[in-house]
Amino acid sequence: MEELLEILRGLHPEVDFETCDSLIDDGILDSFDIVSLIAEIGDCYDVTISAEKIVPENFNSAKAIWRLIRELEDED
Amino acid sequence: MQNHVLDYLSEIVKIKPDKTAFADDSEALTFRQVYRQSRAVGSFLHARGIYKQPVVVFMNKHPREIAAFFGVIAGGNFYVPIDEEMPRFRIELILQNVQSPLIICDSRTEALAREFDFQGEIVPYDRIAETPEDPEALREIYDRAIDTDPIYIVFTSGSTGVPKGVAACHRSVIDYIEQLSETLGFDENTVFGNQTPLYFDACLKELYPTLKFGAATWLIPKSLFMFPVKLVEFLNEKQINTVCWVVSALTMISAFGTFRTVTPKYLRTVAFGSEVFPIRQFQLWREALPQASFTNLYGPTEGTGMCCFYKVEREFEENEAIPIGRPFKNTEILLLTEENRQAGEGETGEICIRGTSVTLGYYNNPEKTGEVFVQNPLNTAYPEIIYRTGDLGRYNERGELVFVSRKDYQIKHMGHRIELGEIEANVNLLDEVRISACVYDDRKNKIVLFYVGDAEEGELAGMLKKRLPRYMIPNGIVRREEMLFTANGKIDRKSLKAVWQGQDNTDNIEERKE
Repeated sequence: MEELLEILRGLHPEVDFETCDSLIDDGILDSFDIVSLIAEIGDCYDVTISAEKIVPENFNSAKAIWRLIRELEDED
Repeated sequence: MQNHVLDYLSEIVKIKPDKTAFADDSEALTFRQVYRQSRAVGSFLHARGIYKQPVVVFMNKHPREIAAFFGVIAGGNFYVPIDEEMPRFRIELILQNVQSPLIICDSRTEALAREFDFQGEIVPYDRIAETPEDPEALREIYDRAIDTDPIYIVFTSGSTGVPKGVAACHRSVIDYIEQLSETLGFDENTVFGNQTPLYFDACLKELYPTLKFGAATWLIPKSLFMFPVKLVEFLNEKQINTVCWVVSALTMISAFGTFRTVTPKYLRTVAFGSEVFPIRQFQLWREALPQASFTNLYGPTEGTGMCCFYKVEREFEENEAIPIGRPFKNTEILLLTEENRQAGEGETGEICIRGTSVTLGYYNNPEKTGEVFVQNPLNTAYPEIIYRTGDLGRYNERGELVFVSRKDYQIKHMGHRIELGEIEANVNLLDEVRISACVYDDRKNKIVLFYVGDAEEGELAGMLKKRLPRYMIPNGIVRREEMLFTANGKIDRKSLKAVWQGQDNTDNIEERKE
């Protein structure tokens, strides 16, 4: 989780990712962020996030992203 | 001879008044509605005595915003689109530059518009659109129009920190629309899916051909460009068959294996530009849509939209770049060397544009205009302005024009044209910063800012978001004890880039895995 927060802070140093649960709804993440986020998560956790997992629900908060990563890790 | 862009509208409204012209999730406007509303706006401006003036349009991306553009032209004026996505600081620079008498707003932007340092009138579109038509006045305005009159000003990044307003006239836009339509084969069955914002010239590709052919344009919600499956489902639901998108919007779909789940089954014309299309991603598109045509478009805002095209019909190796190709009919590309002669075979030169597509210049900015809108050095016999793009190019062995590099620090990032100098100028204005430098990591497509100063990285990012558009905010911010300089005292961007690429941790992880 800490690495994920690091990646997110790298994108937006001024956002409090531990509490924010409207990353998509409030337009904090844009399409560039999503693309770099997925690439960095892939590198860091060795998981592949495929298109059908790239939906708003999975990216609205750090927790939701973390849940997705865990789910993908379990699949391996 | 057609000398007015709205001839497209007044013709099509006779033929297909009730067909949908422009639509988004919330509303669809028919050609008749677009026509009526634009005439109402024109009549309103006439009643206010606003003629041959820049009129700011500050609305949400919506079909009515498009009708507002045409209305501004119907009143004999030129539109200046601004957007909520632009930070207030930048909007105020634009307002200072154009000195407009009026802002057309909507219910969502009105409150913000009233906070601007702006002396003119601010009126909501819906009120303006109720103005009764004044056919006589509109007729007279139309009859007096000259095809070299401007119809819009759009703003592009300026290296000194002040954006530059590119003004374009009827004739350049008509020329562009005619050539583009012929090249890409638009017709009355074309259904566009618009991706680009309405405050750039990129949307000319959809707006005017829609009028010319009685085609249709869907404005795709911006949020869909984060979610590839939803985006393709939208394309299918609306039966969109033509897209002219920036490359990063297309690779967003292909890179995540979207085509294994869903493919855009109506798409037959794909045009792209503004960036290099990675061949691996391009191949995924071509495999998914074997029947579709793929065309690379190239051109700066100063050359009215796009000015060169390349239809991709042969195979490309992964390390190859898709060429710029050749200019549209009625445009010439001059490749000029530093000595202002035509570059020879295989030689690199600056891409310069000659023809009707060259725009009028930077609005209220003769100094910047004079630097790049210059007399054709190959012609000493009569006045002839060409535009020097600052892009370096050469012809390959097949005679196709290819992009080589930039002459300066301008970059293309997510389809946006950005002067790194503009970012630095804004950073350097902050009291907390002593010196800064930006570099572009073209391997990871990231803008990286280095600075020396008292602010934390997070604070700095927060401050920059108030001054710069979203797409110009650095993707990496690095605070340093000291700036790096070259032996002759210039900021050492090369070493800074090496520092960044060396410490980029995702690279290290890659290595660890192997």
